[in-house]
Amino acid sequence: MLSIEDFPEYQIPGAKQVRFNPYESNGGSVVAIAGDDYAIIAADTRLSSGYSIHTRHQDKSFKLSEKTVLASTGCWCDTLSLASLIKARMQMYEHLHNKKMSTTAVAQMLSILMYNRRFFPYYVSNVLAGIDENGEGVVYSYDPIGHCERKKYSAGGTAGPLLQPVLDSQVGLKNQVGVERSPIPMERAKAIIRDTLISAAERDIYTGDGVIFNIITKDGIKQERIDLRKD
Amino acid sequence: MKIDIATEGPSNGFNFDNCARNAMLQKNGFVCPTAVKTGTTIVGIVFNDGVILGADTRATEGPIVASKNCEKIHYLAKNMYCCGAGTAADTEMTTSMISSQLELHRLNTGRVVPVETANTLLKQMLFRYQGYIGAALILGGVDSTGPHVYTIHPHGSTQISPYTTMGSGSLAAMSVFEARWKEGMSEEDGKKLVRDAIAAGIFNDLGSGSNVDLCVIRKNYTTEYLRGYEYANLKGVRELSYDFPKGTTAVLKTNVKRFEITETIRPIDSGSVPMETA
Repeated sequence: MLSIEDFPEYQIPGAKQVRFNPYESNGGSVVAIAGDDYAIIAADTRLSSGYSIHTRHQDKSFKLSEKTVLASTGCWCDTLSLASLIKARMQMYEHLHNKKMSTTAVAQMLSILMYNRRFFPYYVSNVLAGIDENGEGVVYSYDPIGHCERKKYSAGGTAGPLLQPVLDSQVGLKNQVGVERSPIPMERAKAIIRDTLISAAERDIYTGDGVIFNIITKDGIKQERIDLRKD
Repeated sequence: MKIDIATEGPSNGFNFDNCARNAMLQKNGFVCPTAVKTGTTIVGIVFNDGVILGADTRATEGPIVASKNCEKIHYLAKNMYCCGAGTAADTEMTTSMISSQLELHRLNTGRVVPVETANTLLKQMLFRYQGYIGAALILGGVDSTGPHVYTIHPHGSTQISPYTTMGSGSLAAMSVFEARWKEGMSEEDGKKLVRDAIAAGIFNDLGSGSNVDLCVIRKNYTTEYLRGYEYANLKGVRELSYDFPKGTTAVLKTNVKRFEITETIRPIDSGSVPMETA
């Protein structure tokens, strides 16, 4: 991005530039896989900044309804601010329309809320998972300014670029011939998420300590935990 | 006949030929590749009869772990080892260059080289390069005057201290030393203290990780390099198998080239003697 340094003719001699950086990266990774009638979304539990660990036990998922869970990483204060804004808007929706917001509606609203801050964005990597109106598992992934895409699986956060190709291969079965493309069973989805996050903890310094899974089915949301390496 | 071309070898020392070119490339927006940095925890202590050096084994490239089991305790001489933090290439090359000089010095003088000599050679080299050689070192060893631990900063300043830490995990490790280091510790207690200091760095500093390496150098000139003294972190065990069945990768094009093989048999002269191989 261009800054004043790139335009020497406009610089005033003796003028000092003072800058303020409002963002911080607090690390963490999210993986989500949706099946025919379920969705699993998992995030690691390490919250860090720079080379220091703030806590090893931070749940990065937000239960928005009985059918929808949001997990987000990035700047943790923006994450909290955004999550509480979503919750407030969901309550307003419920009072206005006298019904719960569907996962697809939440997904759309999240995109709009983030684009609302187009020029001072929420510095977050969001992944939303849930069950849609037809009872099908869905995953929505976002960029920090509100681009939204409906998917069956997604990885985000600091180890997102490491994990997404693994999911493309193991869940998306991309570039493979002669493989059976049957719906992915829940136990296999859980095992893939577990294995990918174990691998992420090996190579990404911001991912580690533990994982919290949110398993979303028509019967509600169940949480499960595993340990990761702590170095 | 002139044989200039044979005598014209590369000149000694670093080569700065590409500096101007690289500055031009950077000005035009080229992003330079980065060097491997060892965001590290390294420590050294003096104990009852010698010194103990310790290091973690993680090397990083930004947020990515570049190596999970690298060696950060380098050999200098039989009575001296040196821990390195900072730019991986700089710590490795600096210690190996100084190691050669120390060996030549030992052969010239016929004595055990004092630790101070290694300290002087290292600091003079680092000062000469004004901090551009990014090596932060902990030098430990024994000589006729006893055990010594030196801390050497990238710009060439040094200090002697009975216990010291360096690298990104230095604060975590130093907190352990400040709480528990005492004069005249036994080897067993010393090893445990160094292990705990490195472990503090491994767990609390994101730039440090994996295993603990130790090196004990005793006053009687025996050394013990304990590579992989403790595996502080066990690798996570994966649940699924990630083998692909044969034929998963599509064959897009096949092109067979046939070789014409002709064979002629040439008898070997029976009078020749077989080569000596014993």
